[in-house]
Amino acid sequence: MGVIYVLLAVSVSVAIVFFIAFIISVKKGQYDDTYTPSVRMLFDDELVTKNTNKE
Amino acid sequence: MEMQQFYYDNKIVKKFIYATLLWGIVGFSVGLLLAFMFLFPNITDGISWLSFGRLRPLHTNAVIFAFVGNAIYAGVYYSLQRLLKNRMASDLLSSINFWGWQLIIVAAAITLPLGYTTSKEYAELEWPIDIAIAVVWVVFGINMIWTILKRRQRHLYVAIWFYLATFVTVAVLHIFNSLELPVSGLKSYSVYAGVQDALVQWWYGHNAVAFFLTTPFLGLMYYFIPKAANRPVYSYRLSIIHFWSLIFIYIWAGPHHLLYSALPNWAQNLGVVFSIMLIAPSWGGMINGLLTLRGSWDKVRQDPVLKFMVVAITGYGMATFEGPMLSLKNVNAIAHFTDWIIAHVHVGALAWNGFMTFGMIYWLVPKLFKTKLYSRALANFHFWIGTLGIIIYTLPMYVAGFVQAFMWKQFNPDGTLTYANFLETVQEILPMYWLRAIGGSLYIIGAIVMVYVIVQTIRQGEKVTDDLAEAAPLTKVSKYRTKGETWHTWLERKPVKLTLYATIAILIGGVVQIVPTLMVESNIPYIEAVKPYSPLELEGRDIYISNGCVSCHSQMIRPFRSEVERYGEYSKAGEFVYDHPFLWGSKRTGPDLHRVGGKYNDSWHFNHMYDPQSTSPGSIMPAYQWIIKNKLDKSQTEKKMRAMITLGVPYTEEDVKNAQKSMDEQGMKIQENLYEDPDFASNYDASKKYAKVNDIPFVEMKDREIVALIAYLQRLGVDIKVNNVKDKLSKK
Repeated sequence: MGVIYVLLAVSVSVAIVFFIAFIISVKKGQYDDTYTPSVRMLFDDELVTKNTNKE
Repeated sequence: MEMQQFYYDNKIVKKFIYATLLWGIVGFSVGLLLAFMFLFPNITDGISWLSFGRLRPLHTNAVIFAFVGNAIYAGVYYSLQRLLKNRMASDLLSSINFWGWQLIIVAAAITLPLGYTTSKEYAELEWPIDIAIAVVWVVFGINMIWTILKRRQRHLYVAIWFYLATFVTVAVLHIFNSLELPVSGLKSYSVYAGVQDALVQWWYGHNAVAFFLTTPFLGLMYYFIPKAANRPVYSYRLSIIHFWSLIFIYIWAGPHHLLYSALPNWAQNLGVVFSIMLIAPSWGGMINGLLTLRGSWDKVRQDPVLKFMVVAITGYGMATFEGPMLSLKNVNAIAHFTDWIIAHVHVGALAWNGFMTFGMIYWLVPKLFKTKLYSRALANFHFWIGTLGIIIYTLPMYVAGFVQAFMWKQFNPDGTLTYANFLETVQEILPMYWLRAIGGSLYIIGAIVMVYVIVQTIRQGEKVTDDLAEAAPLTKVSKYRTKGETWHTWLERKPVKLTLYATIAILIGGVVQIVPTLMVESNIPYIEAVKPYSPLELEGRDIYISNGCVSCHSQMIRPFRSEVERYGEYSKAGEFVYDHPFLWGSKRTGPDLHRVGGKYNDSWHFNHMYDPQSTSPGSIMPAYQWIIKNKLDKSQTEKKMRAMITLGVPYTEEDVKNAQKSMDEQGMKIQENLYEDPDFASNYDASKKYAKVNDIPFVEMKDREIVALIAYLQRLGVDIKVNNVKDKLSKK
């Protein structure tokens, strides 16, 4: 059953990587604003050159 | 601030959509063919590369990695560029990603039907293809991360987090599960054996579902549903909690695939606990997706895109509620090995992955080709026939699972099994198999309609060109902000370096852990009576693997009275120490085979392979006549044994030297046993004579694949016949 330690080590390592990513993202202010991003993604920034037959 | 102009790469998205459609139809069709094989077992009579065991992995791989895989790429390549306000970092890498992936799929579609398989579910592809997968996957990751680094939007929308988690975790899973020792160009053995192999496989198998079928699609959900509904996601805050809690919990749930198996109990329980916890994040995400549509249900009523997505999220909710329930040991005792699991995965695959993909394509194609959908009515037709198909597919499979499980467990008042003949339980659920095939047909009709609608939409649309877009560049982090920073704050600003160091850390940890595990023998529970396979049995085992017997037959008797009564003594961890790879299986379309050794004579096995219905009336097993005709390739035997020695199987140098002789002797013995059957004797002599008269080379029975397979089957589970164990215990 030694392999379970490998899996634990790998899984914990992956978790730690994600944890570090989490801390960094919080520190860098990724989550300071929890509303604007959800609206911002709705805007297209393509410079539309032709008519799209949008309804 | 000065605006920058740039183009979004739409052509790569278009290519991935085409591939998704093509492989989708292929994957579904193979699935349908398999569904009909349950009803007409010999529908592809005698064609080895169209046999059930060979096509089953082709179906799962085509659907998961070809259909869903290409859909992921299409969605990611479209949304990532727009969320980051940047073209993909490298067109070359995008191209390598696309063509590399298609090449891998083609390689899979050729090798799997030809019988080149590792037999580990969803990881069946042999080692050269495994390496190719790793390379192409890393190319995808580099392209994605590079694009993120060059972004014009500092904030990373939640979808991107899901994409990143997908990349990192799938890479790690794939590499660790695919560690195998090559024997030849297309044959390898898993470095893990028995219980260990099972644990690694289901750690992978479960997380493949988690990080290939779930997290990327959640990312797509968080992008395409708000876009299609033109409303912000219900709660961005919830989406963040959803993401982080999901990825921290998911990776621990794998052992729930091995409940009541020979896996140690504590590991089973660990898997159960985390599986139950998974309900929270899964349903958080589902609710977030559905509530995004609050106040716009009128749009859902009209727009096929939203309809597909609503059913997709509903399917996700159902499957992620059911998953934790199935992890409860008492529920699992019933559901495991039955068609219930088939129903469960198809709710996930047909509804969540399939419908999300369909919705996404119906939304994307008109946008890319700057036109309207060719026919909304036909898309709606697709939606309804597809939904009906899912229902007619899954509900009967639930019923089939329940019925069969309870028949297996039914006892008479005198303590004997009510349905001692396994075939009775199979015959009972045949009507359900019919319904499944009908449901699947409806689903495919829908998919074909979609292809027609999409083709017509493309024909009426404009040629796809890369969209010109405009955005301000990212402002530099000012000197003022970085004043007085320490090395760690510096590192935190450097995501690539950070990822690199972290990965190196994982790998060192992994190597340190894995090398001793492979070398130290005391890690494995040995049973003295369990001996390595003889050379002929080893070859027979490879025949068993390459013909995909494991698709329908388990080799894991759970410690229930009903199973011990039916199959024999329950399976022990120590019995599998020489099994590279493990062959426990996950489905009992046919009976368990772990103690089949000695149960029937050699002639029975021979006749059963030649015509299963002759020995087992009502059986739905197809005939495997090519195994009887094919000559056994004995040229690799020594190499295979040496590989096994490297992996810790105690063959001696003498065993290897005598391999050919040993195979000859054991084969001769089986041939003699077969010869005792008068029917066999007369037929065999006749064909021998015929060959001689017509001067055709004749392969003696002892040199054919069937003999090796019989040798292997007769060996299964005999090392610890219960009596032997009892004797040993009483001596102590």
